[in-house]
Amino acid sequence: MADGERDAAAGGKVDDKSVELFLGRLLRWGVLLAAVVVFVGGVWFVAESSDVPQNYRTFRGEPAELRALPQIVDQAIALRPLGLIQLGLLLLIATPVARVLFSVLGFALERDWIYVVITLLVLVLLIYTLTSRSGV
Amino acid sequence: MIALGSFLAGMLGSLTGLGGGVVIVPLLTLVFGVDIRYAIGASLVSVIATSSGAAAAYLREGYSNMRVGMFLEIATTVGAVSGAFLAGYLHTSIIAIVFGLVLLYSAYTTTQTLADPPAGMAPDRIATMLRLDGTYPTDDGLKSYHVRNVPIGFGLMYVAGVLSGLLGIGSGAVKVLAMDQAMKIPFKVSTTTSNFMIGVTAAASAGIYLRRGYIDPGLAMPVMLGVLAGALVGAKILPGAKVRTLRIVFGVVIAALAVEMIYQGVRGKL
Repeated sequence: MADGERDAAAGGKVDDKSVELFLGRLLRWGVLLAAVVVFVGGVWFVAESSDVPQNYRTFRGEPAELRALPQIVDQAIALRPLGLIQLGLLLLIATPVARVLFSVLGFALERDWIYVVITLLVLVLLIYTLTSRSGV
Repeated sequence: MIALGSFLAGMLGSLTGLGGGVVIVPLLTLVFGVDIRYAIGASLVSVIATSSGAAAAYLREGYSNMRVGMFLEIATTVGAVSGAFLAGYLHTSIIAIVFGLVLLYSAYTTTQTLADPPAGMAPDRIATMLRLDGTYPTDDGLKSYHVRNVPIGFGLMYVAGVLSGLLGIGSGAVKVLAMDQAMKIPFKVSTTTSNFMIGVTAAASAGIYLRRGYIDPGLAMPVMLGVLAGALVGAKILPGAKVRTLRIVFGVVIAALAVEMIYQGVRGKL
């Protein structure tokens, strides 16, 4: 096969396969961690507010403290259940972003510069959507 | 109730390979009367959870083509941002109608079985330059394939991204269309690679939805946990399931939901 030399170099070196395995583990742990945080926040939220029926029929939009990254972290640290859930959801959104970040590193270690640029483009766009002030 | 419905959606999604997202939005809007913007926000979150979870397994088995995925993610993320942007300006009725049409198309694809492209095609210039060609495991050992028609595939991926950002779904059906039909990638590789890309695509629009206040923790929590648990159970029972029958049943359910979405959208009730 054409990739013979790359496979032969696999011992101890970085190749596509080892990057894939690492990314796979990263995704699994990211989702697991996010699910645990959402679950803990969820149990707490239900325990505290079971008598208040939620209304999602009319759209009001979330309050500012549940929209932006720093505020969500503040709410979660203050141990507000909704803040915790939102932090879990943020962790979930961050999981694919982390995957892209580590892909950049993986391609850099493989010295595959075209793909370093391609992956960086995706990463910049993702970070922009998460941090832009207006929500586009 | 919402968690239970999401659980079933996640299970059906993983059994049929369509993902739970396509049923979550109609389930929440039509059955539970949730505003479509909250529904899309919750659906996006569940899409990230299931696709990342499944991608972890596929990466280990060596089916996904990471380079094809990374390259096409440029198109899908730019598309997802455009879609999320559009969602802020379009009336919810229009979003509901577009959603219904995409659902109809998804229902149609569940009844189709795709054949793998013929082997022994000539390599493509752009694909070679980008080192997109790859191999995948089969019963007879590793099989290599060439990737074709990169620009068309890239364009279709942009469309898939727009739909994903606008509707809060993975748009797996459009992604597989781009990779199977246009780029001639083997079915097993295209489905797993599509899945690999969905997490990143959905994350791009989820960031925007979060900042707009479309992602409600009280609603997203049961949906995400339900879909994730359902997908896990679905993956466990998949080897023994009658997938063919399930796909047909699921296709009919989706078509019915599609018609209802379009009807409600036209009446302006969503």
